Amino acid sequence: MIDELHDDKLKDLELKANQIRQLIIETLVEAKSGHSAGPLGMADIFTAFYFHILNHKPKNPDWEDRDRLVLSNGHICPVRYAAMALSGYFPVEELKTLRKLNSRLQGHPHRTSLPGLETTSGPLGEGISQAIGMALAARLDNKKYHIYCIASDGEQQEGNTWEAVMFAAKYKINNLTLVIDRNNIQIDGFTENIMPLESLRAKYEAFNWEVLEVDGNNIRAFVDAVREARAIFEKPTVIIAHTIPGKGVDFMENDYRWHGKPPDKEEAEKALWELRTLQGKIVSEHK
Amino acid sequence: MLNPDLKLNPKLFDPDVEVKPTRHGYGDGLVALGEKNPNVVALTADLAESTQAHKFAEKFPDRFFECGVAEQNMAAIAAGLGVSGKIPFVSSYATFSPGKNWETIRTTIIYNNSNVKLAGHHAGIMTGADGSTHQATEDIAITRSWPGIKVLVPCDSIEAKKATISAASIAGPIYLRFTRDKTPIMTTHETPFEIGKIQTFWVTKNPIVTIFVTGYMLYYALLAAKELDLEGIQVLIANVPTIKPLDEKALLTLAKNTKAFVSVEDHQVMGGLGGAIAEFTVKNIPIPMEFIGLQDTFAESGSPKELIEKYGMGKDSIKQAVKKVIARK
Repeated sequence: MIDELHDDKLKDLELKANQIRQLIIETLVEAKSGHSAGPLGMADIFTAFYFHILNHKPKNPDWEDRDRLVLSNGHICPVRYAAMALSGYFPVEELKTLRKLNSRLQGHPHRTSLPGLETTSGPLGEGISQAIGMALAARLDNKKYHIYCIASDGEQQEGNTWEAVMFAAKYKINNLTLVIDRNNIQIDGFTENIMPLESLRAKYEAFNWEVLEVDGNNIRAFVDAVREARAIFEKPTVIIAHTIPGKGVDFMENDYRWHGKPPDKEEAEKALWELRTLQGKIVSEHK
Repeated sequence: MLNPDLKLNPKLFDPDVEVKPTRHGYGDGLVALGEKNPNVVALTADLAESTQAHKFAEKFPDRFFECGVAEQNMAAIAAGLGVSGKIPFVSSYATFSPGKNWETIRTTIIYNNSNVKLAGHHAGIMTGADGSTHQATEDIAITRSWPGIKVLVPCDSIEAKKATISAASIAGPIYLRFTRDKTPIMTTHETPFEIGKIQTFWVTKNPIVTIFVTGYMLYYALLAAKELDLEGIQVLIANVPTIKPLDEKALLTLAKNTKAFVSVEDHQVMGGLGGAIAEFTVKNIPIPMEFIGLQDTFAESGSPKELIEKYGMGKDSIKQAVKKVIARK
């Protein structure tokens, strides 16, 4: 059961999301390569998962009955790593090792390198299938844990995605909830220019899925959507989460050029200042 | 003569030697596993009957997943099952899986170290009339270059069953290669089998060449050895059902013993059994070697017998290769 979000908890989570965004910037500037826009845009959803939705034990990452969170678009891993570190899977200082030699934090997630990762990902379109495999295993074993899969909108262009979507409908996979980060950008530009995806809702409905849409940067709305998804048993359910890529950093928001690059030192300072002052709204740091 | 220690089929050289496709051994092995281990599951991409996985499907419908014509999805679903305590067997034609879905397997099964067994069927020109689109002749090369995988190529349906059953008892990704057409039964149920071991099927007193064979072509090599014997040329024939990890200890002993090698496989000569052996010998004990297999070409439609003759892989080609390698010693 996922609890309803009360005001105090929501406030906590919003602060956590801000902290995660700062960690993303700090991690990326240290790594000198990596993706900025996606991780920032998904900070609210990852906060909701790691600090409210998931039934998990950060100190016992292999706990058999844990909920599984599969990240299909592995390139947004800085947000996952930050959320994992903050929830106690590994020390926050380790984030500085991202993309460096001998690190457990590979440039794209490698399951056997870091306890708490459920899959190895990076090449797109493979996460939903793997999540289905986990859902089938849970079904065969009569296990109650739930499988969540986060996918990008860009990877809806992969054929493998639709193979998986067809399969899930055929086998009525209802212990899996898919979340699509609909941020409208991919590495070469806007999704609707590169290869139009709309109507994404109609596509999933035509494939016999239940479709929910939500503001993915609104933690309460997202938690409510997941609660609703968990109450649907007849079909697999997808939550199309509309997010703002680069959310929280004014000069990155909605700019696809930030999909695949990190901030330099100066940009990082500016980004961190924006996050600490909520884009200048908190005056004490403004001067 | 046939190695008496291995309890091989005594009727091996009879004209009416029993023939059976290796894929049947896979199907029987799967059923045996299903009865023994509730964690064994099977998947196919619209090729249940051709891969013989339908036998498992009929007995264990809840543990069988028909993915439709979608090999990438099948591989990644298996990856998810394999990290969740299941032992999935992925059944398709080798040109499609691990051919078409190569990167999916690389990322989600091999690099991810998921406990998945990949069964590639219709391997080699033995696939015959379907033509080169369906004759997998590069699958050994593209699988054995993956770190950490094991690659198994059984020589007959009995060994195929043993290999299938053994694969389930070893954790981690394994590739198993099977053929479509009926091929001679060379082993018996009593013949020992162990993953990672080379076995000398044909032994002579003073051998001067070792012929290494993987898969059903062992039969052609045995026919060649028998004729060579009559011509006064003594050879050893080694069955290599495990191409990775290679039995290096046996290779070294045989290299010291015979000082010349011939490899025989229904696969491109690049990157397959011969390539694997050559990588080892060049580094450790350089000796002359000849390679029987497809010589950097696609084959075509035809009966397996016709194709093996046309592409220089039959008994006479093996004999020629032996003579050639002796001349190079």
